[in-house]
Amino acid sequence: MYSTTGIDASNFVSTFNTSFYFIAGISLFLLTGLTITMLYFVFKYNKKKHKVAIQNEGNLLLEITWTAIPVILALMMFYYGWEGWKPLGKVPANAMTVTTTARMWSFSFRYENGKESADLVVPVNTPVKINLVSLDVIHSLFIPAYRIKSDIVPGREKVMWFLPEREGDYDLYCAEYCGLRHSYMKSMVKVISKEKFAAWLGDTTTLAVATTGTTPGEEGLSIMRIQGCLACHSSDGTKIVGPTYLNLFGKQEVVTRNGTDVTITVDSAYIKRSIFEPNADIVKGYPKGLMQSYKGKISDADITKIIEYLKSLNEK
Amino acid sequence: MIYQKDTAEPSYLDYKGKYKGIFSWIFSTDHKRIALLYMFSILTFFAIGATLGLLMKFELIAPGRTIMSAQAYNAFFTLHGIIMIFAVVIPGLPAVFGNFLLPIMIGAKDVAFPRINLLSWYLYVTGVSLVVISQFTGQGPPDTGWTFYAPYSFRTAGNMLPAVFGAFVLGFSSILTGLNFLVTIHRMRAPGMTWLKMPLFPWTLYATGWVQLLATPIIGITLLMIVAERTLHIGFFDPTLGGDPLLYQHLFWTYSHPAVYIMILPAMGAISEIITTYSHKAIFGYKFMIASVLAIAFVGYFIWGHHMFTSGMSGTALYTFSLLTFIVAVPSAIKVFNWIATMHQGSIDLQTPFYWAMAFLFVFMIGGFSGLILGSLAANVHLHNTHFVVAHFHFIVFGGTGFAFFGAMHYWYPKITGRMYDTRWANIGLVLFFIGFITLYGPMFYLGFKGMPRRYYDYDEVFHAGNIVSTMGSWVLYSGLVIIVINLFASLKSKIKAPSDPWGGKTLEWTIPSPPPVENFEEIPTVTKGPYNYS
Ligand code: HEC
Ligand code: HEM
Ligand SMILES: [Cu+2]
Ligand SMILES: [Cu+2]
Repeated sequence: MYSTTGIDASNFVSTFNTSFYFIAGISLFLLTGLTITMLYFVFKYNKKKHKVAIQNEGNLLLEITWTAIPVILALMMFYYGWEGWKPLGKVPANAMTVTTTARMWSFSFRYENGKESADLVVPVNTPVKINLVSLDVIHSLFIPAYRIKSDIVPGREKVMWFLPEREGDYDLYCAEYCGLRHSYMKSMVKVISKEKFAAWLGDTTTLAVATTGTTPGEEGLSIMRIQGCLACHSSDGTKIVGPTYLNLFGKQEVVTRNGTDVTITVDSAYIKRSIFEPNADIVKGYPKGLMQSYKGKISDADITKIIEYLKSLNEK
Repeated sequence: MIYQKDTAEPSYLDYKGKYKGIFSWIFSTDHKRIALLYMFSILTFFAIGATLGLLMKFELIAPGRTIMSAQAYNAFFTLHGIIMIFAVVIPGLPAVFGNFLLPIMIGAKDVAFPRINLLSWYLYVTGVSLVVISQFTGQGPPDTGWTFYAPYSFRTAGNMLPAVFGAFVLGFSSILTGLNFLVTIHRMRAPGMTWLKMPLFPWTLYATGWVQLLATPIIGITLLMIVAERTLHIGFFDPTLGGDPLLYQHLFWTYSHPAVYIMILPAMGAISEIITTYSHKAIFGYKFMIASVLAIAFVGYFIWGHHMFTSGMSGTALYTFSLLTFIVAVPSAIKVFNWIATMHQGSIDLQTPFYWAMAFLFVFMIGGFSGLILGSLAANVHLHNTHFVVAHFHFIVFGGTGFAFFGAMHYWYPKITGRMYDTRWANIGLVLFFIGFITLYGPMFYLGFKGMPRRYYDYDEVFHAGNIVSTMGSWVLYSGLVIIVINLFASLKSKIKAPSDPWGGKTLEWTIPSPPPVENFEEIPTVTKGPYNYS
């Protein structure tokens, strides 16, 4: 998280530092000074040593002084904070655009050429502008190493930007409470060289990782990682908030449809419907309204790959 | 009535009225008994809230699951926040010490409307119960956080209505207390007690009264809007109905930020009384102390937006809210300077309440300074919603209001109970509490700086060390707390009876017997001197 080369992780580290250390410095000085003064008075004017108090009901000059000095300090602190904040709103014209989609409880990042990724991969020394979209509740994109965050409010268009100045991997957290798995809603910022980035971005099969794999269904797994399905569904039998994928395909189960319970068999059509209209059939024992519809976000071809992956999870 | 000199009037504790046993308390309209009703309710809620806090800290001692599930953790911090804010610190000092001492300190026999005073206690109990029950009657368990942010809170629980209604009932209780105090102060001061002869604790209650009266209606409006949205589907807050979640945040904080001042102003008043009494010296800059209280109450209305710096408000709004946040720090600084100046050349009697006041000053300064850091836009962008904020508000609210509450408890204990407490145990409790407090919340500043978000059930390994220290702090703090409370209860049986003025205080409560008689004053005093006349 901290630089060993003297280069900050992002352009906002120094603006944060200026205002943080300015205020923290003055505060520490005043805190120490006032505490020592208090302790000294308590010691010196202890009733054992100082039997009779010397009355003094106030002093106008002192009051004016200790009003004026804090006012000046406060204005200076405000000024640094404001100056440091201004650049946050000034997105450079040449910035690369990435759209992040936040939903309970995952982020996904879409690039201008349509490529999708679960991590925020960016080239070093290139300003990045992020469009913030939330599909459900308020989330907040927070990159501690970059000293920035921005809330992602459903129904509101918002952007944030930064200039990554150092290669490496940095944590990215959700910083606005968004429900059960809020503390697991995290991702990575991966800053790589411009050349590597160009190669990565150019590989628009979306599934750069998966295509190299040979296991059946691996592509389906990648799609689900990017779409954030794995925030709610596990592949190993544990219940997160949605049903596990393990042994799902072909299973018989009870769902609630329009208020009545029906028993269905999980087949390809049912899975597709579960993804496009998740609230049509609610699996018994699970909450309604948690899973969002993925209509228009996942293609039929991708659904086939997902199904292939689900089939691969059936224990023989 | 003919008054006989040798049979003194019974104290409010011994008085036999119409009712017996518990009914002589829950039907009493005596401001002193109502104060104790509040005291016991608040202490009960505090014990529950503190235990939830202790368990949460235990969960955080290591990453991953330690003792509870994520669902339980989320429910715990929600209940903890709701209980601590709405049931403990908002009523806190005004309802307990305000009720007990305000009439006495201004030389009155009771508050202006004793029955309404009792009604506010019932409303308080009803409101707290509603809020707590609402958290268990929705479709899901309580997990919205004490801020109930839209749209999350609407989606999960569906029990927003009772929760906000409960908050509204509590607000009503708070309005009634505020109104009662305002009228009492305006109309019932003893002859000769002009505004500038009134002690500082009543002054802070006066300012608080106005805040209570003016801020609470906002929560009523919010409630109406939620009703309209839920039943008539007029979109105010819910984006799926075309509403704006930020509007909810604005309304919520327009009430809840001034509420912070409801918590802290009376605490400042109590600390002023304690410092001047044990320094045996008039408060330094009395008029400036009053002016700064009024300034805080006034400016406090206009800074709610500093809770929303990262939510996407316009530049001008950010600018203004940040500037005003810095401005509101100035009167608090003035108070600190005057408190310390009061000690200068005093004759300081180091009693337990004075130690509490010193501890208060220290943690209050840390809370205030960290508030400045958060008020700075550039720093806020990083620190908002991290553990830095958790540390900040515990330092201010727990450190400020909480320390002042315990200080006041020890300061007025002889007056309220007629007994002296055991000083040695009181001091041991205080030291443990203080060390625990710093160890518990100090590391949270560091954790937040490193980027650990708040309301996190689980965390990355980088945050582990800080959390271990913090959790151990919670154990020390809790032991201190237990000692303090046990000592106060055990001392009720103490053989040492309290004289009417054990500390050499100058305000009116020290002129009447401990515990006070039912009617407070045999004869309403006539005030000729200022409140802190030591010469
Ligand atoms: C916010 C959590 C969440 C996310 C994200 C999510 N789901 Fe779900 N999903 C659920 C819940 C809860 C249920 C059970 C209730 C229901 O049937 O709607 C469910 C049900 C399902 C079912 C039916 C399971 C069964 O046992 O019948 C399938 C299939 C499914 N989801 C696939 C997906 C896929 C594919 C994705 C990603 C594209 C996804 N889900 C993303 C929460 C989620
Ligand atoms: C008894 C000791 C206490 C302990 C151990 C404690 C501990 C905690 C912890 C661990 C959290 C959750 C942090 C997070 O995950 O975000 C928290 C939140 C909170 N605490 Fe305390 N606390 C204590 C006392 C108090 C007091 C006296 C108050 C009174 C104001 C208070 C008010 C709050 C509030 C408002 C929250 C935020 C809840 C939310 O996020 O919705 N706490 N506390
Ligand atoms: Cu989130
Ligand atoms: Cu979140």
